[in-house]
This record gives sequence, C-alpha cells and structure tokens, in this order.
Amino acid sequence: MSGLNSENPAPIWGMVIDQDLCMGCQACVTACAMENNVAFVGDADVSLGRSMQWIHIERFWSGQYPAVSTGFQPILCQQCGNAPCEPVCPVYASVHSESEQINLQVYNRCVGTRYCGNNCPYQVRVFNWRDWVRPAPLNNQFNPDVTVRRRGIMEKCMFCIQRIRRVEDTAHSENRHVREGEVVPACAQACPAYAITFGRLDDPESRVSKLAKDGRAYILLEDLGTLPRITYLKGDSNHGNNG
Amino acid sequence: MATTAESIALPDVPAGESEDPRSHLMFDPRPRGEMNGMVLESMHKTSKKFWGVVVFLVLTVAFALVGAWGYMIANGMGVTGLTRPVYWGIFITNTVFWIGISHAGTFISALLRVMKYEVRRPFTRAAELMTTFGLIQAALSIFMHLGRVWLFYWLIPYPNERTIWPDFHSPLMWDFMAITTYVIASTMYLFLPLLPDLAMARDRSTGWRKTLYRIIALGFRGTEAEWKHLKSAMNIFAFAIIPVMFSVHTIVSWDFAMATRPGWASSIFGPYFVIGALLSGIAAVMIVLFVIRSTMVNMKYFIRPEHFDFLGKLLLIVSMTWAYFFFNDYLVPWYGGDKFEKLLEDFHLHGPLSFVWVSMFICNIIIPWAILWNKKWRRKPWLMLVVGILVNIGMWIERFIIIPGSLTITRMPFTWREYKPSIEIPLTIGTFALFLLLYMLASRLIPLVPVWEVQEGQSAHILRKVGKAKIPSVGDID
Repeated sequence: MSGLNSENPAPIWGMVIDQDLCMGCQACVTACAMENNVAFVGDADVSLGRSMQWIHIERFWSGQYPAVSTGFQPILCQQCGNAPCEPVCPVYASVHSESEQINLQVYNRCVGTRYCGNNCPYQVRVFNWRDWVRPAPLNNQFNPDVTVRRRGIMEKCMFCIQRIRRVEDTAHSENRHVREGEVVPACAQACPAYAITFGRLDDPESRVSKLAKDGRAYILLEDLGTLPRITYLKGDSNHGNNG
Repeated sequence: MATTAESIALPDVPAGESEDPRSHLMFDPRPRGEMNGMVLESMHKTSKKFWGVVVFLVLTVAFALVGAWGYMIANGMGVTGLTRPVYWGIFITNTVFWIGISHAGTFISALLRVMKYEVRRPFTRAAELMTTFGLIQAALSIFMHLGRVWLFYWLIPYPNERTIWPDFHSPLMWDFMAITTYVIASTMYLFLPLLPDLAMARDRSTGWRKTLYRIIALGFRGTEAEWKHLKSAMNIFAFAIIPVMFSVHTIVSWDFAMATRPGWASSIFGPYFVIGALLSGIAAVMIVLFVIRSTMVNMKYFIRPEHFDFLGKLLLIVSMTWAYFFFNDYLVPWYGGDKFEKLLEDFHLHGPLSFVWVSMFICNIIIPWAILWNKKWRRKPWLMLVVGILVNIGMWIERFIIIPGSLTITRMPFTWREYKPSIEIPLTIGTFALFLLLYMLASRLIPLVPVWEVQEGQSAHILRKVGKAKIPSVGDID
C-alpha cells in the first residue's frame, strides 16, 4: 500500500489479462458462472446466441492450414471509466458506483429496455430472456452473496463486487487498508496460468498497474474513448486485432 | 360561420376555363342542413359487413395482441426472435413506424391550417384521428418491448418514498416524455375542432347518442364568444403542436443517433426521421381517405380527387427530400471510411437482407417518382391507395433496416447474428388490427369530416392566383 494516499480511499479497480498466457481452458467462465449465479441457458437458447456468460473466451485463428495457431481472448465487461451503457438507461439501473469505481447493474431497478446492451461496444451485457432453471443438484449451489436474476433483466460482470466488499469489510474491522492481492475475482482465482491479474490501478506499486504499463499492453476498441479498466497483453505485432 | 349556404354563389369562371370549379369541394356547396345530415348518415349507416369486420378485428386483437402479449409476459422475452446483439427488433421498428404515421395528422392538420391551405378542410379530422390512434400503437409497442413491462411506471417521474427519479440523461427518457407530450397535445388538438361537430351531432341525435354527445360536447352552443375562444385555442394549439411534432421524431431518432453503434451514430438522423415520418404519414392519410371514401356513405362528396391530387404532390416532394437524406445517410459514412460502417453498408447492400433494402428503394423512391408526377394518375384514388400502401411498406422496411438490420453488425465480429422474428409477427398484426378497430369504432361515433370547417370554407372561398394555377382560398374569416 506504499504510495497510496490514505485520504483517498476510493480505489480504482482494474484488471490485466495476458493473452500470451491464456490457453482458452474456460476455467474462468465456469468459475464466474458459479460465483455469480449465472443462469444455465440450455442448448436451444445458446444456439440463438443467448448464452449468459459474463466472461467468454474468443478464439482467433491465424495462419493458413496446416500452420494454424490459435489465440484466445477472454472478453468480459471492460468496466469503462466513460461507459456508454450508463447514460442510456432511463431508470438508473446501469450506474457507476462512487466507492468502488465500478460499473454496476442494479438488477432490482432494471425494466429491460436493453438499451445498454445495444450501446455496449464490447457486447458483454447479457439479458435474461427467460426464467432459467438450474438443473439439480446445481440448484443447491447458489452463491448467497449474489442476487439471482429473473426474466427481463440485464446483467453483466461487476468485478465480483461481493468479494471486494467482503475484503473491504474485513479490512475495515481490522482497521487497515485492503492489501495488494487480497481481492481476487473468481475468474482470476480459477485461472491456472495466472493470466488474469486484479488490483488497484490507482496504486502505482500494484502488480496490475505495473503490468498495465507493459510494452505488450493494449486496450480493446481504444478509439471509442470508453476508458476501460481492463488492459490486454499480447506479444505479437497486431495486438489481437483479429490476429 | 353564420353565412347560409343559399347565399353562396359560384365565382365567375373565366371563359375558356376547362376545369369545372364544382370539382373543388369549396365551390360545390350544399345547404348546411343537408351537409350535416350527410355526415350524420355516414356515422349511423352500418352494414352487416362492417360489424363482421369489427368482430374479425376484435378476435385478431384478442389473440394476436392480448393473447400473444400475455404469453410473452408470462414466459419472458425469450419467445421473441431477439438476441444478442440484436436487442431491439420489430417492436421498436413498429414504435418508430407508428409515430411516423401519427406525424401526418399533425402535419396536415396543424401546418396546413396555419398556412391556410383550404384543400385540407375535409380531411383534417381523419388525419388527426390517425395521429391519436397511431400513437396508442406506438406506446403499446414500446411496452411490449420492455423486459419487465409490469414496472413500466418506473419511467414516469413520480414522487416516491425512495426518491428515485428516472435518468434524464437517457434518450429513452426524452423519448418517453416527448411521446407523452405528443399524445396529450394531439388528443386535445383532435378534440378542439371536434366540439362544434359534436354539438351539431347532439342537436340532431336521439337516445344514447344524444346523452353521449351532450356530455362530450361540453355544452357548446355556438355563440360568438364560444367561437372566438375556440378559434384562439385552436390557433394556439396549431402553432404549438408543430414544434412538438418536429421534436418528437427528432427525439425518436436520437434513441439511435446518440448510441455508439455503427449505422446509428449519425447526425443526420433527426431531419431524416422527420421526413421519413412525413413520407409514411402522408401515404397513410391517402390510404385512410381511400378507405373512408369507398366504404362510408356520402364521403365521395367530401373526399375528392383534388384531395388525392394535393396529397400526391405533397408526397412527391417529401419523397424527394427523403431521397436526399437517404443518399446522405449512406454517402457520409461511406466517405468517412470507418471499417464497421463500411461492413454495415456492405451487409445492407449485399447481405441476406439486400432484397429488403432494394424493396425499400423501390417503394420509397422509384414508385412515388414514377407515378406522382402525373396529375391524371394523382387523381385516381385507387392508384393513390397503391402508392400509399407501397410507401408505407417501404418506410416500415426503412426502420427495420435501421434497427435490427444495423444491430446485426457490431464492433465485436464474433457476436454478429441475424435477427429472425417470431412472436413479433402476431403482435405486429395485433397492433394493426387494434388501429383499424379503433378507427372503425370512432367512425361510428364522431364525424370523420369536420363539417363546420367545410361549411366555413365554402362560405368564404375565393380563387387565388398563384402563378398560373388558381387555388381555392378562404378570404379573411380567421
């Protein structure tokens, strides 16, 4: 926590995803679904493009057969500092939290205009097209810290805010600051290759800040000026643009 | 207004004038009592066929609108064809379409009233009624679109214990406010010129109709003071509703223009949508006038070829303006060269929906331009019905291309997905059926022709020379 101004406790959480380490194993997808009570959509609706994954792995093929190489890119809510989804919501369901600097979705408030889903350039928002039923015995495995959503509601990755709050509460009761590396979202925890790093971007000494300054770093659709809090690392020259 | 029909004389027709002035409604006066009787007869006289159609429409509304909507509410939006990234589909297309239809009512009624276009007189009411009923369908389509429609009132700024207000940053909120304003204003604007006709109907009816008209005519007796107040109120509304009309469709276009999507973020959408609304609206007025003229008694006297002629000319001008904006809407993004805009244009022109794009081009540009330049053709009501229907199909397609068509292409290529509507189709049919049903029932209850306006026009007509043309005008009665 060195170098951090204690009078400014509002942290800016950020994430760095190293595509050179990602092997596309989908462990983050599974962990995210379990942590956040993400609905199981079923074959029929997945084939219509209605899968509910908050984080999904996109594959990019490069080269000509047989010299084909695969690249992976985990796509999740980019937690834009200047989020296009926020101002378009007529009922304040898509809001920016002041204390966590995270783009939140207030499920109870959402009326389902789906404007935010249209306006998200990353297309990471998912909609509850139906009341999905989780097959037994997984129906006994809901996370009590996360709301179960019903039909007609938009949802998306919120950086495992329940984990952030839990760590913050613990730190508060122990009268200290949140330590570096103490908050680990489900996707980062599950990643076997340590491709996902989570931490505070406002702390220049944190791992995530240092990684974000890496020479391999790029930001998805940077030209839109959405100021995402997620930085991708990719070694080759085309920076993941359909590479 | 107090002038009697008997005192009206035909204007002098210069020798060699080929056109019979009596082909103009303004120069073909009939006694007031007879004209009132004609309009009342058109309201009273119904056939078995009429009620057959009404029953059919009621059943359609019950199944296609109420039934399908209930099913959708109970099962979620999954029963539609919507998906990521096409979060908006035919419901929003219908909303924009119906708001477009509703524009003509105000345009024809208010703008032509303010500009003193006398040809408007017999069909302002039919157009205004279209505005109100079209807006009902637009509002229904928005509600259908909501994922949790039972919470729609959260869009209304009402004081509540949680002190949460809607977000006025959202274009949808502006849209909601604009449409609400427009519904209220256009309903009042429909009602004001209706008062003298309701009073007329009250004085000539018996039974339940008399009771009904006595209540809704608000005790209008036709005294000089009442006319004066009515006239000034109508004048205020006519002027005030014109900017409302322009703002409503501009705001509707901002739902798209304010977004970040390729194909949507366009600064030309405001005027482009207003012109598009007028194009579909005027075409819809032609359809309605044709139906009224051919199905209701005595309407051939009021609705004449000259009115189709006028609307046809208006439609031609609007179609040309629309083509200009349409050209701009494609030229500027093409010239800008943004990768995704180009992909989208390529998708529109060569993708699986390209036949839809081509039919829009034919319906909105080629058909009106090929037919409406000819005065003889403009005066053929059935031909104008065909043009009206085709233009409306074209304008519906235009909105379809802009909304689900453009949403197909996103900046994330792996999310591209085509939209295949499912339950949207019966619901669309349901809104059309409800519109027709409301219109048919209203035609039994309120005079579709503003009799007093026609009589007023006939009592004070003059022929004004504009260039070579002689245009029937009203002197200084206002």
